[in-house]
Amino acid sequence: MLTLNHYTVTADKKQILNNISHTFNSGIHLIMGPNGSGKSTFALSLSGSPEFSLDPTSSAVLGEQELLSLKPYKRAQKGLFVSFQSPPSLSGVTVFGMLRTALHGKVEAFDLKKSIESYAQELAIPKELLSRSLNEGFSGGERKKMELLQMAILKPRCAILDEIDTGVDRDALRSMTSFLKKLQSDIPTIIIITHRTSFAKELTADSVTIFKNGSLLVSGDFSLAQDIDTHGYEHFH
Amino acid sequence: MNTKKKNQQKKETDFDYKFGFSMPEKSVHRTQKGLTPKIIEEISHYKKEPVWMKDFRLKAYQHFIDRPMPSWGAYLKDIDFENITYFLRATEKQMDSWEDLPQEIRETYDRIGVPEAEKNFLAGVSAQYESEVVYESVNKELSKKGVLFCDMDTALKKYTDIVKKYFGTLIPPNDNKFAALNSAVWSGGSFVYIPKGVKVSLPLQAYFRINAESFGQFERTLIIAEEGSEVHYIEGCTAPVYRTQSLHSAVVEIFAHPRSRVRYTTVQNWSNNIYNLVTKRARAEENALVEWIDCNIGSKVTMKYPAVVLAGKGARGEVLSIALAGKGQHQDTGAKMIHLAPETTSKVISKSISKDGGRNSYRGLVSIAPGARGAKAYTSCDALLLDSLSRSDTYPDIQNRNPEATTEHEATVEKIGEETLHYLQTRGLREEEARGLIVNGFIEPIVKEIPLEYSVELNRLIHMEMEGSIG
Repeated sequence: MLTLNHYTVTADKKQILNNISHTFNSGIHLIMGPNGSGKSTFALSLSGSPEFSLDPTSSAVLGEQELLSLKPYKRAQKGLFVSFQSPPSLSGVTVFGMLRTALHGKVEAFDLKKSIESYAQELAIPKELLSRSLNEGFSGGERKKMELLQMAILKPRCAILDEIDTGVDRDALRSMTSFLKKLQSDIPTIIIITHRTSFAKELTADSVTIFKNGSLLVSGDFSLAQDIDTHGYEHFH
Repeated sequence: MNTKKKNQQKKETDFDYKFGFSMPEKSVHRTQKGLTPKIIEEISHYKKEPVWMKDFRLKAYQHFIDRPMPSWGAYLKDIDFENITYFLRATEKQMDSWEDLPQEIRETYDRIGVPEAEKNFLAGVSAQYESEVVYESVNKELSKKGVLFCDMDTALKKYTDIVKKYFGTLIPPNDNKFAALNSAVWSGGSFVYIPKGVKVSLPLQAYFRINAESFGQFERTLIIAEEGSEVHYIEGCTAPVYRTQSLHSAVVEIFAHPRSRVRYTTVQNWSNNIYNLVTKRARAEENALVEWIDCNIGSKVTMKYPAVVLAGKGARGEVLSIALAGKGQHQDTGAKMIHLAPETTSKVISKSISKDGGRNSYRGLVSIAPGARGAKAYTSCDALLLDSLSRSDTYPDIQNRNPEATTEHEATVEKIGEETLHYLQTRGLREEEARGLIVNGFIEPIVKEIPLEYSVELNRLIHMEMEGSIG
């Protein structure tokens, strides 16, 4: 469960998110909204990106833990996972090498290797990508799948996936949606930032929330996605 | 809480030798400080050397005196030649087994891990303590094959003819000021001779240590690989930290006869007050391959440009190097590839990391002689800057005098991106761990060429350096 209170974000003295208060319970949630509505800022600022500053009254609580006072790596260790829209490439670092450092010995190297391989198989990630530099020369779809693989290994309490579906072909999308559904039992709260209304059905989303001009406009059940399909965002004020 | 954790972490990663662990010095014979012809004669006399070697030393001394201090590279004016002891003997005689070594020397080696390295199926250990090799064990298999592996002083006595034929012919004493100094006062170092067709599959290795204050180490290494032979030689260096400046000036000569393969790996971690001024050169005959793998961490100043003279048709030369410069350090390193014969190829891959105001300079020479038809030379220099205080320069010199030869030079400078650092932190890595991972990834193409136990040590050293860079 992720609870936001008076969540207000600025970058370069410009307010991007304005006083958002909302609770994401267990389940799969979609955040939708037109471009520039502040969706990615929401994800990045929660992850602790130095690009943004938060209003001191802002609060974001994961379980019992206030996240905003913590450094980015601590937020991750407390169970927050934020995927990147365009994950950077890491020369000379494999996904195994990175995750091994991230896990600080909590998982045996051998077991880690096995789980990486088995998740890769479920996501139809070619095995040879596992031994290459992470994201280097990877296609958009491969990068997104690698993000999901990392999420599966790190097993966060709350995952925020930013446009996990863009640049992904149909087959890849299918393996990703079934992967996400399966992981629901391991990851209590999954928040997906997307333009794809069909996710509501495909993932049997528990809620749909609409951001517009930096504000949370409305939150409701999956039928909201149908409204967006029929009327577009103009319909919401 | 945070600081406490950090300290705890530090304790786990800071091995003793981060702070140095010098043992009380117990030298049996040492010359007085400074350098005079009399001291050189004294060294030569003490070692019971043949007259030609004494003359060689004295002539070299004259070159050393005559040559001005090189002014084109790193700042060297702080070296006080008068305040250095040029010869010091740690124990009376060569020891054949580990148990024969004096207790304190064994302790020092235990800390560097010589016995472990030996246990780990390495072919032979030749460890240099202060200026002389005191411990050495050559695998019996190697002796049976006719491989000669001993310290240079012993080689001069036992294999005089081979030594005389090669010694100082590739790097003559008048090559440069520091080669002249080494030629005048050299002591210790390794001698390796691989007979025709013999392939040594496990690496031969030597550890070098400096353990006396203000004491220069001038080892001399000579490797001869006869036709069709193969050898991999490794030198690993760690040194304790001292207050005053110390000088290390080595000379390494490699002769790679037709179709032989020689690889020379250096993993080096001199303490931060040492001047490391080394001349390394190889001559590769027809279809021979020489590879220098050179990892420079530590020292105050390093000047080192491993060279391959590609003298025979189809000869190949490679230099793979890593340099890490931290606060107050200048790594002026590079490579020289001299293409004299047709169809010779060379490859230089240099990776440098600068942090906390450290400075790396890549200085490279690719020279292609008019007769080197079809020669190919490739150079790639990548620099990683960890902060805006640090500096990296590249001085490539390409002289191509054959229109049918091709040369390629690539250089990149990158800074660790904020976004990449943040990305890794969102996966649960602390900032310094993220930096360490990026740095290790950056040097990975070279590290993977190094035997496992050395690459583990190298990664650990770099990790320690990274931890240190975060206040």
